[in-house]
Amino acid sequence: MLWACLRFPGLAFSAAFAASPEAGPSALLDNKARKRVIAMANPEAAEAGVRRGQSLAAARALCPALRVRPRDAAAETRLLAELAAWCYQFSAHVSLVPPYALLMEAGASLRLFDGWPVLAQRLKEGLSAQGHAYTIAATPFAAASWVFAATADGMVIAQPEGVIRMLGALPLALSGLPRSSIQALESMGFRHLNDIFHLPRPELTRRIGREGVEWLDRLRGHTSHILPAWQPPADFEQRMEFDSELDGSEPLLFPLRRLTRSLANLLAARDGGVQRFVLTLEHARGEVTPIPVAMAAPQRDADRLFELARTRLENSTLPAPARALRLHAAHLPMFRPTARDLFEPIRGEGLDWPTLDERLRARLGDAALKQIMQVADHRPEYASGYGTPGAPFLPDHKRRPLWLLKQPCPMHPHPAQLLAGPERIESGWWDGQDMRRDYYIVRTVQGQHAWAYLPAGTLDGWMLHGWFA
Amino acid sequence: MNAIATPTLAQVLDHPGIWRRSAERQPRVRALATGWESLDAKLPGGGWPQGALSEILYENDGLGELDLVMPALAALTQEHRRVIFVAPPHLPYAPALVAAGVDLRFLHEIHAGTTEAAWSMEQCLRSGCCGAVVGWLWDIDYRSLRRLQLAAESGDACAMIFRSAEHAAHNSPAALRLKVSNSDEATYVDVLKSRGLLTTTAPLLRMRA
Repeated sequence: MLWACLRFPGLAFSAAFAASPEAGPSALLDNKARKRVIAMANPEAAEAGVRRGQSLAAARALCPALRVRPRDAAAETRLLAELAAWCYQFSAHVSLVPPYALLMEAGASLRLFDGWPVLAQRLKEGLSAQGHAYTIAATPFAAASWVFAATADGMVIAQPEGVIRMLGALPLALSGLPRSSIQALESMGFRHLNDIFHLPRPELTRRIGREGVEWLDRLRGHTSHILPAWQPPADFEQRMEFDSELDGSEPLLFPLRRLTRSLANLLAARDGGVQRFVLTLEHARGEVTPIPVAMAAPQRDADRLFELARTRLENSTLPAPARALRLHAAHLPMFRPTARDLFEPIRGEGLDWPTLDERLRARLGDAALKQIMQVADHRPEYASGYGTPGAPFLPDHKRRPLWLLKQPCPMHPHPAQLLAGPERIESGWWDGQDMRRDYYIVRTVQGQHAWAYLPAGTLDGWMLHGWFA
Repeated sequence: MNAIATPTLAQVLDHPGIWRRSAERQPRVRALATGWESLDAKLPGGGWPQGALSEILYENDGLGELDLVMPALAALTQEHRRVIFVAPPHLPYAPALVAAGVDLRFLHEIHAGTTEAAWSMEQCLRSGCCGAVVGWLWDIDYRSLRRLQLAAESGDACAMIFRSAEHAAHNSPAALRLKVSNSDEATYVDVLKSRGLLTTTAPLLRMRA
């Protein structure tokens, strides 16, 4: 077993400032205290003298440009779960350690990832790309990893003896024991964990309680502790509320990127994909604008999801400025990478349809790409249209031509031979587009098979409407 | 058939209809069944050559030139492979397409002028995600045809070009060239050129007789 512990000291900030990039001096307010006091300050704010426990008024006086948001415990939990989802790709056993740490069992998958240095590098690349600062440590004991992640970033010890030696040198203040126990032990003259490791157990229990002793046992791996394994959820719903109303699609792109990346992280954990999701913009007075995003096949790539959502967002008209953005994916289907024959080389550029579709649209314009749709209408020119094809239905029609002319046109010369007909089509009296026609399948002088009609009841005035190509 | 006098063994083995396991020579033509039995029997590989350009030259609209390719295209869409119509001269008519067995969800239409049409066809062919790309490119020149043939090879897709029968006399890089013409109230399909086909003078198919 090798337990890697990742601590995210900036997690509370990332969660509270998720909707807008964190910039300049910022601080979080403690929402548990009755007075408005600072719970946490970022380095820029700390430089200006903002400290934990200060009243908001004092902090504002020290640093007028301070941006303040209340701590959002629910958002922190969500963000931690999202990070767990991302880490799930490296380990089957990921455990949340609220408020801002994760434990993952890395020993079983070390071989797969070519050893710790490679795994650590992948963690580093992935997490810094997502903008999360973290500290990490790995030891065979979960509790010790947690302690070292706070005190010795980057430390990896595979041997239990080494862990105990390192723990022994650790000052009591950093041992993870409750503050009261640390104070009690320090007043007795103990300074390092080594000093108390060898104390008789009953006496130690009397002084720091059974929990304290158990914690020391867990640090040294004397007792095993079962960590609850995180399980990926079956759907995805996340909402981001903004400080101010955002007008137009441009400012929405930052929160959108966060949401789609978060979705992609969950998809990676589930080894799933998403085929449709809904972006909902919330406006003032409870109005909402839903923007459905659908794909031809399940996708899971963060950039692709973002690009798709972005195109849809930019193409929709927003009736009012947005106050919040929500992304909901109710169904996360299996992701099947395109099946290929083992012996068949990848065809061409190996693009998938959405990529090709977008490339074509980019050059030709949206109007140039169309799909043909069946419409349940008896009038020939309305029975086919452009749109999204639904479930096919077989019309009980007689034979129909593959080509329909854009406009019926007079037929010269007249048909050489009638092959079938007439078929009377009489419809459309309800919308002013009524017609009464007798359709025939005819052969022209050149041997072409055509679909032509005569106005009902006449024998002259042939109109050509289609080709049996 | 007296066109081939006394074939040597090598010539016989060279026939695309013969597959030899031991030889490094792979079957040269992989094909997509046309759905017309008598045509399949005569074409090398038994159908439209895959990863190659086929050219269909026709005299007039409405001779059955689309009927010729429709079964193969319908089969592709039913396998959920995409079929792209580039610059069709008329409206493809949904009821007839459905009746021919086309799954409309996998049929796409691209409207474009000549240069854009050739570019679109090439992109679709090269992408590797299209089963067949069918274009109505009247004024396409030899160089563009050659590009399409190469794109079809690289994307392993079936490329089809419909052009006027006037081009029959011109040179073309297409792997298969068919001519659809009408006489005596029937439609005939002749082969002008085919890679790997033993020469024949008889029409390949008589339709609508």
